[in-house]
Amino acid sequence: MINKAEILIIDDELQMLKLLQIALENEGYKVITAQSAKEGIAHAINHQPSLILLDIELPDLNGQTVLKKLREWFQRPIIILSVHNSEDEIVNALDNGATDYLTKPFRTRELLARIRSCLKRNETADDTTILKTGNLEIDLSAHVVKLNSELVKLTATEYNLLVLLAKNQGRVLTHQFILKEIWGVGHQTETQYLRVFVAQLRKKIEPNPNSPVYIITESGVGYRMS
Amino acid sequence: MTGQFIIVSSIVILLAVACFFSTDLLGYQVPALLLLMSVSIAAMLFDIWPVIFMATLSALIWNFFFIPPTFTFHVGTTNDALLLLMYFLVASINVVLMSRIRRFERIARDKQEKQNTVKLYNTLFNSLSHELKTPLATLLVASDTLNHGGNNLSESSKKELLAEIEKSGLRLQYQIENLLNMSRIESGTIKLKKDWCDLNELINHILAKFRETYPNRKIDFEENQNIPLYQLDGGLLEIAIENILLNAILYTPENAEIRIVASGKKEYCEISISDTGPGFPKNEIAFAFDKFHRVDPMKTGGTGLGLSIARGIVEVHQGTITLENITSGGALFKIKIPTASSSLSIFR
Repeated sequence: MINKAEILIIDDELQMLKLLQIALENEGYKVITAQSAKEGIAHAINHQPSLILLDIELPDLNGQTVLKKLREWFQRPIIILSVHNSEDEIVNALDNGATDYLTKPFRTRELLARIRSCLKRNETADDTTILKTGNLEIDLSAHVVKLNSELVKLTATEYNLLVLLAKNQGRVLTHQFILKEIWGVGHQTETQYLRVFVAQLRKKIEPNPNSPVYIITESGVGYRMS
Repeated sequence: MTGQFIIVSSIVILLAVACFFSTDLLGYQVPALLLLMSVSIAAMLFDIWPVIFMATLSALIWNFFFIPPTFTFHVGTTNDALLLLMYFLVASINVVLMSRIRRFERIARDKQEKQNTVKLYNTLFNSLSHELKTPLATLLVASDTLNHGGNNLSESSKKELLAEIEKSGLRLQYQIENLLNMSRIESGTIKLKKDWCDLNELINHILAKFRETYPNRKIDFEENQNIPLYQLDGGLLEIAIENILLNAILYTPENAEIRIVASGKKEYCEISISDTGPGFPKNEIAFAFDKFHRVDPMKTGGTGLGLSIARGIVEVHQGTITLENITSGGALFKIKIPTASSSLSIFR
């Protein structure tokens, strides 16, 4: 399998950089590496990579700042790598425009899956009217949701929530982001509504609501559509 | 301290008043002995300053109200002056001796505490060095064999070595995660990030992870449709529940069943985790949540931190965690956390 996608890795740990390079090249990706924020930003400008892996702790510049700087012009996926399992930091990074995050240590399989899903999403054009995941199908133009080809009855809010998640398939959406998008500015702290609607939605679309396969919980951070 | 001053003053005054009205019976020397006795008793119970104050106060009162001529601080005879001086000396000696005894007691206690700490650290280092070095050793041996084992290694042994490296890495990760969690709790700087929590969702999420890692273990959980949303730090509570679950998995036989129940009222929530294993030895229950305490120190896989982390997390929530053995066999952990609940219901 040959992937042509070019991936930029920005990480100050040489060992990590090397291992990631081996793992990604083995999958057919082209890899560029940078050991500092400055170098990384320069590489991003020169190479226009398809995806960036960004370590949040860099010696010369805070990772969140690097993220904001990149996001001023870089539209493609950025996956954050971090050793801190801190929910605040993750939420911050997602708010600053990160597409996804992984906490070190992570499994290579997990990283590759996230990269694939990020790249795939980037390819799908914005004007698609039918979103599909597993046996779930959402027809945006007809406002219709089908599970195993059978119609699912959803309320307006449930539908909006499902569409928001599906449009960002694979991506973690923070509680605050979802609340802002669905309920509007000023409702970002009312996570109780979110909990209720996610539970209802799961009852309607999940084969087994107790172990969801479509709407995945990201503890303390948000939800992700698989 | 202020309380002690008030108590000693009241004792002296009450005693003095009682003696004053029985002067006919007691004369004026017996009250001195009675007051002195009360000072001696107080020296055993109270701090040094209230007792010094008490000694002075009682001496002055005795002088003023009892030594003739009464109602003056004037002391009439040499005899009485000597008595007053003696009174003062005996009271002072009492105070000094008592405070010395106290100091020695404190030193002895400190020494005992220091010994306990040393013992704790020894346990810590033994437990840690074992639990960290074992996977580390496996990692190094396996990678070294792969690196320098040359071409003699069969494909299947290579695979086995690689699997060992992965397993050891995961084990190290678990141990380090636990240590970090423990030090976070110990530092006392942990801040709760409370948010509306769906306990059913939280527990299902934990179980999904466990079923992946321990596919052979039977963990039973039935959604409770009658509980509201609660204000909790979901991330931390997850760690607490995971640690109790892991404890049940590691220390019960493979065929033992584990059962989780979530319940609660408007102002508190409860989570109980029980198993059908052998339960805890009776004399171990009191120590189960202690740091680095392990029922069987020789058994590997844990650091003796899991349950104390669980307790730490529940306690920062102002909740309680208890452990008991069920009469039908097995252990039962109960978490109870007082918290606000939402009037919104998930189940309609």
